[in-house]
This record gives sequence, C-alpha cells and structure tokens, in this order.
Amino acid sequence: MIAPSLNAYLFLSFVLFAIGLLGVLLRRNTLVVFMCLELMLVASTLALVAFSRYNQTNDGNVFVFFILTVAAAEVAVGLAIIVALFRKRQTVQLNELNALKN
Amino acid sequence: MANLLFNLLAIFTVVCAIGVVVNKNAVNAAMCLLLSLVGVAGLFIGLDAYLLAFLLLLVYAGAIVALFLFIIMLLDTKGDERARVARIPIAARVVALVLVLAGIASFFAHGRLPVPDPTTAPAVGASLKLYAYQLFTTYLLPVQIVGFLLLIAMLGVIVLSKRFEGLDDIK
Repeated sequence: MIAPSLNAYLFLSFVLFAIGLLGVLLRRNTLVVFMCLELMLVASTLALVAFSRYNQTNDGNVFVFFILTVAAAEVAVGLAIIVALFRKRQTVQLNELNALKN
Repeated sequence: MANLLFNLLAIFTVVCAIGVVVNKNAVNAAMCLLLSLVGVAGLFIGLDAYLLAFLLLLVYAGAIVALFLFIIMLLDTKGDERARVARIPIAARVVALVLVLAGIASFFAHGRLPVPDPTTAPAVGASLKLYAYQLFTTYLLPVQIVGFLLLIAMLGVIVLSKRFEGLDDIK
C-alpha cells in the first residue's frame, strides 16, 4: 500500500514544517510556540520515514525512534522551564518576558 | 485507494496543523495538535512503519499532549491573544510569498530523486526484528546516550521544579 510518490510525502513534510515555523514566529503564548516546535519535529520525522521507505533501508526509521525519545525529554524539560518562569513572572506571554532586553 | 487515503490524511493533517497556529485558545490548539499527530501516524502506516505509528501515538498523543494539556490547565492562561499578522510590513509579506512560491515551483520542476519503484520493493520498516537487531548492534552507542539523556532530563526537571532557598532575590 504505497502509491503516492516520494515527492508527495516530502511536500507534505515541507508544508507541515512551514506551518510549524509560522506558528513559532507568529504566536505569543509560550505553550503554543512549544507545540508548534513539536509540529516541526514531527514534520522532519515524516520526511525521514518516507526516505527510509523509498530507499529500502531501516536507518531513517531508527533515527525517528531516537527523535521521539529526545522530543519526550525536551518536552519534559521545556515545560518545567515554562512552569518555573510562570512562578517567577506570573505570565507565559512572550512579549511580556523581556527581562534580558535592556 | 492508497492515493485517496494519502490525500485525505494529508489534508486532515495540514488542516489540523493550521488549527494549532490559528486557535486563540491554547486547549483547542493542543487538541488540534493531537488530531494532526493522529494524521501523521496514519501516514506512517501508509509508509509501512507500523511500529513508529504506534510509538508516535503512544509517546506524542499519550504522553506529550497530555503533559501540554496538564500544564495549560495548571497555568490557566488567558486566551485573549491575537496572532501578530497585522504588524508585518507589506514588503516582508511580498518577499516571503515570492520565496515560498519559488521554492515550491523549483521543488516540482527539479525535485526528481532516483529512487527504485516502491510498489515492488519490500517494506523494510515493517518488521520489528530489524529494529531490535539494529538498535542492539549498529546503534548500541546512541541507545546508551539516549538513556543517559533521559536520566539528565529527569534530573533537570527535578532541579527546575524544586524551590531553592536564597535564590528569591533574582528578579
């Protein structure tokens, strides 16, 4: 069951990555920015799996395995940082977090 | 059949991903992320990577999105936020649009990779045995490093969450 071309998968991966990047650039809520970051990670894993399938290797799939693990660790640490930040500043809006600005 | 399924899943995934970006409410954005991840898991199944589809649902949908929802509910942030599209200059918009369109055009004009016909080739990623073999031979050192990384992440979360005495003067 694999009719679509490799280009279709890569284009979809590119579109998902672009949407995630747009969210990182446009949103102010730190939590939503973090979610868009996860979306970009998933888009890159889709490209890896597609390359792996079309080249009959398993290395891309194993890389996705590691990416999932690192993403889980990253989310745990990132959310802990956001909670610590909220405890200190009572906000998660990026435009109000300007302690390093001047 | 497979083409139709791919198109449906792709549209579903992209629409839900756009929902993550445009939703003002963070809880709705997390729900859209969940649906988008389900769509990507379906695409993984279409690529014969069954284990990865299962892991994606388990790790992302089961653990990460649940953690996000938990933190969103815990912090109880206001949802009255607007995306900052209106403040982008016209010139920047035009340049970005032209660059994106040029990229897409060149992708469809030159993006032809010499790959073998996948309909006849076997699906390598479908067998679990190969994952286990590779993880314990070729990728044994990365597995060890990832285990260490998880340990460090756990310690880091504990350190970040703990209240330390004498650090309250930092503003």
